Amino acid sequence: MNPLLAARAQMEVSLAFHMVFAAIGIGLPLLMVLAEAIGLRTGDARWRTLARRQARVTAVLFAIGAVSGTALSFELGLLWPRFMRLAGPVVGPTFALEGYAFFLEAIFLGLYLYGWDRLSPRAHLLAGAGVAVTGMLSGAFVVAVNAWMQCPPPSSLVTLDPWATFRSAAWINMAVHSTLSCYVSVGFAVAGAAAWSLLRKRPGDWHRPALSLSLSMASVAAVLQLASGDRIAKMVAVTQPVKLAAMEAHFDTARGAAIALGGLVDQDAAVLHGAVTVPKVLSVLAFGDPDATVRGLNDFPRDLWPRVAIVHTAFDVMVSAGTFLVALSAAWWIWRFRTRAAPEAPVPVWLLRALVFAAPLGFIALEAGWLVTEAGRQPWTIQGVLRTADAATRSPHAVVTFATFSALYVFLGAVVVGMLRYLARTPVKSSEPQP
Amino acid sequence: MTPAVIMAALVVLGLIAYGVLAGADFGGGILDALARGPRRDAQRDAISHAMGPVWEANHVWLIFVIVLLFTGFPRAFYALGAALFVPFHLALAGITLRGGAFVFRAYGPRESASLRVWGRVFGIASVLTPVLLGTCLGAVSSGRVRVRADDELMAGADAWHSPFALVIGLFALSLCAYLAAVFLTVETDGELRDDFRRHALGIGTVVVALSAALIPWVFVAAPHLGAGLLSPRALPVLLVGAVAALASGYGLYRRRFTLARAATVVQVACLLGGWALAQYPFLIYPDVSLVGAAAPSATLNAVLVTIPPGLALLLPALWWLFRVFKSTR
Repeated sequence: MNPLLAARAQMEVSLAFHMVFAAIGIGLPLLMVLAEAIGLRTGDARWRTLARRQARVTAVLFAIGAVSGTALSFELGLLWPRFMRLAGPVVGPTFALEGYAFFLEAIFLGLYLYGWDRLSPRAHLLAGAGVAVTGMLSGAFVVAVNAWMQCPPPSSLVTLDPWATFRSAAWINMAVHSTLSCYVSVGFAVAGAAAWSLLRKRPGDWHRPALSLSLSMASVAAVLQLASGDRIAKMVAVTQPVKLAAMEAHFDTARGAAIALGGLVDQDAAVLHGAVTVPKVLSVLAFGDPDATVRGLNDFPRDLWPRVAIVHTAFDVMVSAGTFLVALSAAWWIWRFRTRAAPEAPVPVWLLRALVFAAPLGFIALEAGWLVTEAGRQPWTIQGVLRTADAATRSPHAVVTFATFSALYVFLGAVVVGMLRYLARTPVKSSEPQP
Repeated sequence: MTPAVIMAALVVLGLIAYGVLAGADFGGGILDALARGPRRDAQRDAISHAMGPVWEANHVWLIFVIVLLFTGFPRAFYALGAALFVPFHLALAGITLRGGAFVFRAYGPRESASLRVWGRVFGIASVLTPVLLGTCLGAVSSGRVRVRADDELMAGADAWHSPFALVIGLFALSLCAYLAAVFLTVETDGELRDDFRRHALGIGTVVVALSAALIPWVFVAAPHLGAGLLSPRALPVLLVGAVAALASGYGLYRRRFTLARAATVVQVACLLGGWALAQYPFLIYPDVSLVGAAAPSATLNAVLVTIPPGLALLLPALWWLFRVFKSTR
């Protein structure tokens, strides 16, 4: 393993790990503060219990997100020194904004987690809302950096425009898409856990409220995500045609291009075996016109191709998972309207089972979407400007640090799963965390 | 003052905030590992209680420093990433394990073996991380990290584990423990307070002993730094720090704990500030200077413009946090 491969692998492991916790740090505080707000309005104690239980999960997962995020802020420079030296002056001010937002999030979270009995209910709710808002902002700022790496405004490295990140065409679209993905993945994960508890008839009266609340958030976000995904596809078609072609494993330029689902990619032969194709759909998705021409990979030099199999498969996984979640959201609302179900009505077993199945799908879609974005940009770190191979560290120790951090994150991931199981079956101590 | 100098000053202020606040949190972990005797669990609870609400906010100062460093001085960050590749990674592993261990212990099972295991991890990571971060400062100051004009590292990837850097690491460790012990005397009472006072006096002695060893050693191992420390810009700050150190010992001895806490904060702030002034105008002596490594002025100004509104949001929030959790008792 050479330093380049090791650096890429370490970055992939670190980001894949951090991303789950970052998404939870954005999505879960919103649920937690909504539950608390409903509890305050209705005086129903179950909502407060729910908020407290979600707060304690947030506490554990936010801490892991914060430390793994710190590791990433160093790793940017440790693993990609040439990228940071070149791009630091452009992306740095945006990271500074992210720093303020994240700082505020950590402060509000401290107040929220430890302030149940020290703050007035209003102030406590306000602190919680602060966590949700600053978490979202902090994510949107980080994504601005990535958006700039996807499509840097042409002159931004010449003028070293310190706010070029926000002028990138991709920023708003990507920020919306990634923020929604946090709400989708956290919403369905919480709904799945609640559905599991209801199926197993676990003790506790907060499972049904948890299910309603999380699905309300997740279903709205999932439907909006469809629209956001469509906008992004049309944007990528223009700004990153190679990536779009790789997403669809689309090798030959065609008018009225068909979309290809699944299949095995043979990159050397530039063919896709055994895919299901639907005529004209790709042209519609990319340009909103059934007869539009979509450029294929063969139009571009081979050394500018990403690993098509990875990008295409990840894209299919993301779209399938997302489609399933939208369908499930629809099923939930159809059930509620057709049966005019009271908020407390028992949910049919088939729907609960489907929700348990869907619990990890949001996170799977989120990781797959990130893989499309990043693997699809290869061989570039900054599209059209800096190649990944030229950005990487040359440190001979990179292989060791990759192995060490992978082991560390696998270990921490396993511990976190154990912690979540423990927290799920343990009541909130009245004095938790210690008085 | 040029934008680059203001930026460097902000980096140092961030470092001081991190050193004083997060340093005390690391120190909490060190004292946790040292906790002995009949009040061992009570000591640990007091530490956990003191850290709980604030440690994550305190930790963000490090991110603040790193962001300002790579934004304001990208070429220095480039060289540091190469020279400190190994200790930075080790410190990150320590930071990760410490944070994980803290929450696993605070929220996990209260009675089982896991409590003990995570307590052990928390203690070990809290000891190793400040040592590693201290060795990084030591390496930067040692003059052994040499950088070519194209920013590539010529020598010094091993500077962080030179004896000089290691002793600076130990010095950082003892300061962290001292900060924690002094802070805890204010946040506890009764016998627990006596325990932490005793700890503080003991650790304070170690701090003094290490300073006594380091002062002459600086002139041998890093004469440029020694000269810098005696320069008119750094010496007054260091003298104030020395007086504060005496006041902090006096406060502890006479049980004037709020005085001791304030004096300790001044002591550590002056030490880090004096060190930075002694380094000036170099980020990495002798090859990387502040001006030479600075980002274009558009970038520096962009960041500097964000500082007043950023602080206008941060400082009230921090004030709220510390008022709620640190003003009682």
